[in-house]
Amino acid sequence: MNHHVDHFFVKGDPMIYAADLMIIMTTLAVIFVLTYYKKWKWLWNEWLTTVDHKKIGIMYIIAAVLMMFRGGVDALLMRAQLTVPNEDFLDPQHYNEIFTTHGTIMILFMAMPFIIGLMNVAVPLQIGARDVAFPYLNALSFWSFFTAAMLFNLSFVIGGSPDAGWTAYAPLAEPELDPGVGQNFYLLSLQISGFSTLATGINFFVTILKMRAPGMSMMKLPIFSWSILVTSAIIIFAFPILAIALALMTFDRLFGAHFFTLTGEGLPMMWANLFWLWGHPEVYIVILPAFGVFSEVISTFSKKRLFGYKAMVWSMVLIGFLSLIVWVHHFFTMGAGPDVNSFFSISTMAIAIPTGVKIFNWLGTMFRGRIQFTTPMLWSLAFIPCFTIGGITGVMLAMAAADYQYHNSYFLVAHFHFVLISGTVFGCIAGLLYWYPKMFGHMLNEKIGKWAFWLFVPGFLICFLPMFFLGLDGMTRRVYTFSNSHWTDLNVIASIGAALMGIGFMVLVYNMIWSARYGKRDKTGDPWDGRTLEWATPTPIPHYNFALIPRIKRLDEFWYVKQNNEPSVLRSLPVSKLKPIHMPNSSGRPFVMSWLFFIVGFAAVFYVYWVAALALIGVLVCMGLRSFEIDDGHYVSVEEIKRTEKNRIKEA
Amino acid sequence: MSEQNQSRNSDGRDFPWQHVIGFILSIVLTLLSLWIAFKTSLSTGMIMAIIIGFAFLQAAVQLFMFMHVTESEDGRFQMWNMVHAFIAFVIIIVGSIWVMSFGMSYMNHM
Repeated sequence: MNHHVDHFFVKGDPMIYAADLMIIMTTLAVIFVLTYYKKWKWLWNEWLTTVDHKKIGIMYIIAAVLMMFRGGVDALLMRAQLTVPNEDFLDPQHYNEIFTTHGTIMILFMAMPFIIGLMNVAVPLQIGARDVAFPYLNALSFWSFFTAAMLFNLSFVIGGSPDAGWTAYAPLAEPELDPGVGQNFYLLSLQISGFSTLATGINFFVTILKMRAPGMSMMKLPIFSWSILVTSAIIIFAFPILAIALALMTFDRLFGAHFFTLTGEGLPMMWANLFWLWGHPEVYIVILPAFGVFSEVISTFSKKRLFGYKAMVWSMVLIGFLSLIVWVHHFFTMGAGPDVNSFFSISTMAIAIPTGVKIFNWLGTMFRGRIQFTTPMLWSLAFIPCFTIGGITGVMLAMAAADYQYHNSYFLVAHFHFVLISGTVFGCIAGLLYWYPKMFGHMLNEKIGKWAFWLFVPGFLICFLPMFFLGLDGMTRRVYTFSNSHWTDLNVIASIGAALMGIGFMVLVYNMIWSARYGKRDKTGDPWDGRTLEWATPTPIPHYNFALIPRIKRLDEFWYVKQNNEPSVLRSLPVSKLKPIHMPNSSGRPFVMSWLFFIVGFAAVFYVYWVAALALIGVLVCMGLRSFEIDDGHYVSVEEIKRTEKNRIKEA
Repeated sequence: MSEQNQSRNSDGRDFPWQHVIGFILSIVLTLLSLWIAFKTSLSTGMIMAIIIGFAFLQAAVQLFMFMHVTESEDGRFQMWNMVHAFIAFVIIIVGSIWVMSFGMSYMNHM
């Protein structure tokens, strides 16, 4: 086999050299800072080996924000290339690599970890648990995601990036048409991060079903936790499909199999089918938690119970189910018969019904509420009209006959950016701002936060609204340049919007840096006057979350305890009731095992099978060690609890 | 893990025979399927039928050896697991075959 690995390091592009330099400088800077301040041991003990869901959540979110920067730079490069006709800022190959990595990173390495980070931070606290069901697996999930993200990002300077689109359609992504190692990076890093996501899905499914506080029935579960339960169920359904599809294509590329090739009775369209069997549920995996966040935020800042809680829950369950049976709408034009296209057309339109229910319930929650315009609330308010535009254009795209016109045009690009950005990204940002004081113990600056909002949201509208009209005018996606001067005006406007979004993002990050030093410290643990259990914990949150697990009598328990001044362990702790708390031990093995995964992936990308095999044996050894490990965790003594909770103890 | 939920044996001496046997059985079934597909001259339909039979055996091995299908405290969870598996089967397998039926003309000789 001729593997076409021309060179190990990517050469010949000044931008890549600049990136090389930046990577080296950053790495050196990090090493210097850690050594200078003698923080290596602290890093290892407190972060790299932790199984605490709150710290894992924070690491997930840090990784997601980093990846958002990388994906955003990709986006800006694309907009720079497409601003005016016939540019030669990027060559076609480079452009292909950039839109591929933009899509893959933004979906799998930005949206997913952001969502998973938020669920890690909030869900165990919301349901009154001390950790997730499988803390060790949770650490393994994070580290294998992180190494997969690193593997994918490495492709950009070593070996070459994938260039077949984030959907990696066969036969384009097959070795005959796409030699080199780029596509291998795609396959192997997605395989590793897919495993991580599947583990997270199982973990949270079990956590929510089994670890709720006593008295918390399913219909007293906070709505964000409900959204995560539905999301986990979809993950458990969808991610095995991705694993198999990726494995088949990996066989095609590495071992010369013929699952999706044009020759040897391969079936290229089966890749599209399997990919979207996973891919459509995937986009609902990233939107449902955002719906959960908006429900929490709108309810908290309207000072009202969520309007139509039951309808909200059932609409999420219904959306979850429908998400599994609409995948063909991604390839209406592939040539399936009218029976198939009609069925999937109708099932796709049906999703608008539960989504509409949710939109009106959010409006109903705000109706006659006392609305506080905090930053998380602003993002939630912006979400409703923007997402409605995205949803309605989605119904237009759901008409199979009309889709022959819209397919692969900028109309579609505008549609999915409208739903993904105003849904998922706004949701992630709203959730981050909302739970920020819980995560770090200080508030973000509201003024800078509003600047970020007023740069990002109009920027988003200016960037993507023109794309609807570009698409209707015939501009297709995935072209590296255009020569039709009619499209220049709208493209220039879109690029201006993209620049505004970039500035807005930078202001958001600046806000975090500023607030870390000067932000208002939160002493109460309940800065927003919240409704759910996570606000009942002190700040900083003790690593066991709750010294005494409360008994739950109704939805929004904490709110009613505060309103009616009821005695509750959520407000003060009777000393006589304190008992030692059992907690899981930290472990360095997930970290080691994930880097072994990284080596497996990296070696397989370059067809160095003996190294991959050795590292894989290492992974199996780690699993074996875990199987025979007797790890009963440890107990937190009553003295330590008393020290930690001295402000809340009631000497009874 | 909470206090009342320590499922791990503390003596750590019991060897996981079930898992090892299940693992070996899975590999044997897989290799047998490969052998039947590559080394026998049965008709395509016959090979398919045998492999599908093996697939069900494989699923049974997974359920009994790894997933402790007989060990849960009540049958409710297992019932929901089966319902979920059935729904997944219908959507993924039946759905894919239905969707792809237009592209499989070369399989008409079956």
